[in-house]
Amino acid sequence: MRAGIVVFPGTNRERDMAIALQGATGTQAVMLWHRDTVLPALDLVVLPGGFSHGDYLRCGAMAAHSPIMTAVRSFAEAGGHVLGVCNGFQILTEAGLLPGALLRNAGLRFLSHDCHLRVEREGTAFTRGWSAGDVFRAPLAHGDGNYVADRETLERLDGDGLVAFRYSDAAGRVDAGTNPNGSAGNIAGVFSRNLRVLGLMPHPEDLVDPLMGGIDGKPLFDGLVQALAA
Amino acid sequence: MRVKVTVMLKEGVLDPQGKAIGHALHTLGFGEVGDVRAGRVIELELDETDQGRALSRAEAMAQRLLANSVIETFAAEVLA
Repeated sequence: MRAGIVVFPGTNRERDMAIALQGATGTQAVMLWHRDTVLPALDLVVLPGGFSHGDYLRCGAMAAHSPIMTAVRSFAEAGGHVLGVCNGFQILTEAGLLPGALLRNAGLRFLSHDCHLRVEREGTAFTRGWSAGDVFRAPLAHGDGNYVADRETLERLDGDGLVAFRYSDAAGRVDAGTNPNGSAGNIAGVFSRNLRVLGLMPHPEDLVDPLMGGIDGKPLFDGLVQALAA
Repeated sequence: MRVKVTVMLKEGVLDPQGKAIGHALHTLGFGEVGDVRAGRVIELELDETDQGRALSRAEAMAQRLLANSVIETFAAEVLA
């Protein structure tokens, strides 16, 4: 699986992502600069976490209009797989590649702690390593992770099985008490209609080695390799 | 020509910043304060002399970048 990681000014999680990808693929991911206009031959494009362009205007708003995003959009439209984590999720919504938007956390605080995620949709390139209902742990670190969308969009996401993950407790219970940031329906991650673009706020790439405290995030990367191995 | 674009969260979208400002104002004794909404003002200096054109360009900028129509509304106004 050939993976490329897009680096914007202010991106800071690209090396975490590269380590997680290398652990699964055995090969090094290509770093792509936001000013690039052409993508090399890739199976997966990753928009990693960070604070692209200083979060000015809105998180991800500037990055969504970077030169490389024209190429990422064409890649996605041609059926390519795109993963956006944290700021990468914000960029994908700002670019219109995923529905909804991410607002300031309902409690106004920047949150940095582990959370549990319940897998809502199995069998995609991203979630084939889990079964629906599985719960895994992931670190989260964001100030703007409060997922919102209009009622019709939320109903469509639910009806079409496009919710990837919801914030839960360790037992898989999903309610207001397990919602860290006010997200509608506890939504932590969503898919595009063709299930090939995934955005999520928490960081599975930061839990892929026992030295990190666990390997809960590994199924995401191992599953991608199985699905996209050329 | 200067144009002012005001961006506000849509009605019905929770505005935690506005809420926090409201709480602070109550703490300061401004008990008459009800709902508070916080937004953003962007002033643009445009190389343009026609008011109508300046306004329509500013609106195009708001639609493309300055506002996110999923969560925000905007209003553009020519200043001078």
